[in-house]
Amino acid sequence: MDYSLLDKFNSDNIVVAKVDTLINWSRANSLWYFQFGLACCAIEMMAAAAPRHDLERFGSMPRASPRQSDVMIVAGTVTLKMAERVKRLYEQMSDPKYVISMGSCSNSGGPYWQHGYHVLKGVDLVIPVDVYVPGCPPRPEALLQGLLELQRKIKSETPLRKDKENADK
Amino acid sequence: MQINDIFKHLQKIDPGIVLEEDTAYLYIDPSKWEEISKELASNKDLFFDYLMCITSYDLGSGKLGLAYNLYSNTIKHSVEIKIEFDQIVEIPSVASIWKTADWHEREAYDMMGVIFTGHPDMKRILLSDDWEGYPLRKDYKEPDYYRGVPVPKDKTAWE
Repeated sequence: MDYSLLDKFNSDNIVVAKVDTLINWSRANSLWYFQFGLACCAIEMMAAAAPRHDLERFGSMPRASPRQSDVMIVAGTVTLKMAERVKRLYEQMSDPKYVISMGSCSNSGGPYWQHGYHVLKGVDLVIPVDVYVPGCPPRPEALLQGLLELQRKIKSETPLRKDKENADK
Repeated sequence: MQINDIFKHLQKIDPGIVLEEDTAYLYIDPSKWEEISKELASNKDLFFDYLMCITSYDLGSGKLGLAYNLYSNTIKHSVEIKIEFDQIVEIPSVASIWKTADWHEREAYDMMGVIFTGHPDMKRILLSDDWEGYPLRKDYKEPDYYRGVPVPKDKTAWE
């Protein structure tokens, strides 16, 4: 690494870092999530956003429009009728976009696994999922853990270098 | 009014009406339901102004049933009317008498395939419009795919 830059700007108020790191840092710490819920998991998501657990200290706040959201938290049972709408909402989000699948229902169909004629057996059948949060419903701490895992994933990305290992992102 | 009085009153319209003594259900014929529902709502001695619930059930071997729970907010009495019929029989809608019946009848149609005549908007309420079959019927077969998405009990696609 070239340290001449570091020496040149090694005074107050100047930080030298990779642009990748800067972009990742800003993306990971402003994960605005899409404000919609499908079932009881949405109650836990609301609890996570409320003052006791306070998602906003990680830079996450709910946005009521998919076009302003970075992450979609699929909180609840995805019925076959809703699956189409979930997919459409996901497609309306602008890149870079991420998905957290919250709870057993959206992970795998949950209690509707055996006899749910109307339930999608996992939201990953219609949209790509980055983080799965298990639980029925998961406690707010579990959702926080999921969010931190997503932050870790984002921080490992290299958004400026579209090389081979990055081609699928 | 006690159930026996209601029973005697309705016998004037439909002599074939049956009162089940221990459960106090009134069993009526589907062809008489339109006439009886009007009488129940408008007669000032009965005055059932509140339809609490419509329940549909499958009796197996091609027979369906409907149970109407009625209550009068002024006289404070209630009654449960039951209609049992073959799958193909059409039931007169009571949505014009009790507004509650609108969505309840749509749900009965959606889940059990009961056909109501004279309903203002007879279409599915919960499932999507292109759904095939009526899921709460005993002879319902789960589809393998719905719009290309697998919905099976057989999970070989995942396991």
